[in-house]
Amino acid sequence: MSYLTINRLQKHYDNYHALRGINLSIEEGEFIVFVGPSGCGKSTLLRTIAGLETSSSGKINLDGQEISELAPAKRDLAMVFQSYALYPHMTVKENLSFALRLAKAPQTEIDEKVRIASTSLQLDTLLERKPKELSGGQRQRVAIGRAIVRQPKVFLFDEPLSNLDAALRVQMRLELARLHKQLGTTMIYVTHDQVEAMTLADRVVILNAGQIEQVGTPLELYRQPKSRFVAEFIGTPKMNLIPIDQIDNQGDRLALSVGGGKTSFPVSRLQEDINTNSTLGIRPEHLALVDSDGDLSGHVELIEHLGSEAYAHVRLSNQQRIIVKAAARSRIKDEQQVHINIDTDEIILLNDSDRVISMIAEETVYD
Amino acid sequence: MKRTITRLLMAPSVIVLLLWMIIPLSMTIYFSTIHYNLLYPGSTRFVGWLNYDFFITDPAFLTAIGNTTLLVGSVLIITVVLGVALSALIDKPFFGRGIVRVLLISPFFVMPTVNALVWKNMMMNPVYGIFAWIWQSLGLTPIDWLSTYPLFSIIVMVSWQWLPFAILVFVTALQSQDHEQKEAAQMDGATSWHIFRYLTIPHLSRPITVVVMIEAIFLLSVFAQIYVSTNGGPGYSSTNLAYMIYNQALLQFNVGTASAGGLIAVVLANIVAFFLIRAVGKNLTV
Repeated sequence: MSYLTINRLQKHYDNYHALRGINLSIEEGEFIVFVGPSGCGKSTLLRTIAGLETSSSGKINLDGQEISELAPAKRDLAMVFQSYALYPHMTVKENLSFALRLAKAPQTEIDEKVRIASTSLQLDTLLERKPKELSGGQRQRVAIGRAIVRQPKVFLFDEPLSNLDAALRVQMRLELARLHKQLGTTMIYVTHDQVEAMTLADRVVILNAGQIEQVGTPLELYRQPKSRFVAEFIGTPKMNLIPIDQIDNQGDRLALSVGGGKTSFPVSRLQEDINTNSTLGIRPEHLALVDSDGDLSGHVELIEHLGSEAYAHVRLSNQQRIIVKAAARSRIKDEQQVHINIDTDEIILLNDSDRVISMIAEETVYD
Repeated sequence: MKRTITRLLMAPSVIVLLLWMIIPLSMTIYFSTIHYNLLYPGSTRFVGWLNYDFFITDPAFLTAIGNTTLLVGSVLIITVVLGVALSALIDKPFFGRGIVRVLLISPFFVMPTVNALVWKNMMMNPVYGIFAWIWQSLGLTPIDWLSTYPLFSIIVMVSWQWLPFAILVFVTALQSQDHEQKEAAQMDGATSWHIFRYLTIPHLSRPITVVVMIEAIFLLSVFAQIYVSTNGGPGYSSTNLAYMIYNQALLQFNVGTASAGGLIAVVLANIVAFFLIRAVGKNLTV
């Protein structure tokens, strides 16, 4: 039995089915990130765990106790809100100690816990200030401190960094990772930013339309997506998806006609059959620009220089557009004719119902 | 150059507004220093401070000051306390909330004279008023509210009239309260009472200040309700400063003394405003 178990959780609003049967097990001490596009139900799921929304059916168990019917305060969870939700007329110290004061904890205990939390978050010098006198990052830290002081079983974060500017967001992301290491408490974190998901999570839960699409470590999701949704959602820029025009079985190798070119790989890698309704997926970094004799060819429409790398937007000979990662100082010009090689070890194939066809990695085949 | 043009263009409205204020004020000051009684036309001799002396030593003066204070204070307390309570009650969605809100706001649209007539004839009348009927059906002797508790009756009428204003301000303010703060408090283990006490009341401190200041200004000059219902009586028991000035000017035809009373009222209102702003005004600064 794992630490936090969610079993067949459903949530109906008046005429909207927000959560469509969520099953999820979380181990103690894990950092779990819920990620997905707007309206996918990730915040609803978090708020249902918190008890701020009531579930329509299903069970939530925490540490061997059923909590789905308990009041939010009784669930032993603490939440950090997107707007921080600090109490505006209370000082930082009063904000931090509010829950303990409501619980009528002894003053010495309150002082001690507030001291520990404020030291670890560098809030010591700000204790007498009001929230409006703090910067965005400081408010964020107070909100986190308010959660820490309660020593909950699970921390819930609802898009906590989305109100910060880019530089501060990176810094707070690191602080959160450090905090998780230091406290070792289970954390559930909701975001729509996949960089946050990839960098913070032990495991990522990808949600789409009220259902879990896939659960896995960040690298698993990146390398072995199970569906078109996950394949497209994870990775910036997006994975290139190219329809397969023709399949040619050449004995032990399978040749695919895609995007006006050809590529091939050993048939034995395939675990199931493919047909011409299938799609080939390949990430921009697994395509290489070559001088001649590429698998694909086309001309560059636009090149984006990011400093550390560059992305070439290429229109293939069959007019399909794809993105190719190029070296930072490549001399490619707009409108230039290019040849592209596909790293066949990294391709994924999608069947006509948008599920990924399982394939054995190439090196395994040759062994 | 640009400045001169701006000032020139602004001048007409500023001058009109200035005259609008200065002329009545200087005429009042002038009247307050002369013997000016409508029963003695032609007599406009200068009398110095005599009008002021006459007004202040009037036996009704201290009663009127006391009544004014009691009226303003009571109505402020009633409207703020009931206003906060009712607004908090109708903040959450329930069936028929729209209608309840309209009904709660509607007394504000009733003219003060009509308000007083309704209360005087339909509610508080000792023979056919609603209260008399209630008292009778309980086997009690009906009370003649306006002659037994005249000031209390006025306070009830004025509170009824001004409660909607307080509710209007507080309901709007409650809608701007951050929802996530309440949820955070809920997670921190706060009950509805805790949330009301530690989040809602502090959130309402500014709106309460605004309501107190605006109402205080209007309540100092309550007149129509008194004029229509009790005529300031019995005796002087429901006479406030505004009614006393009216009494001097239009019942005793003594314009000079009434002007002096008017100026005393202006001074008193400014003193109240000064302390009010000192006491609650800092709530308004960010």
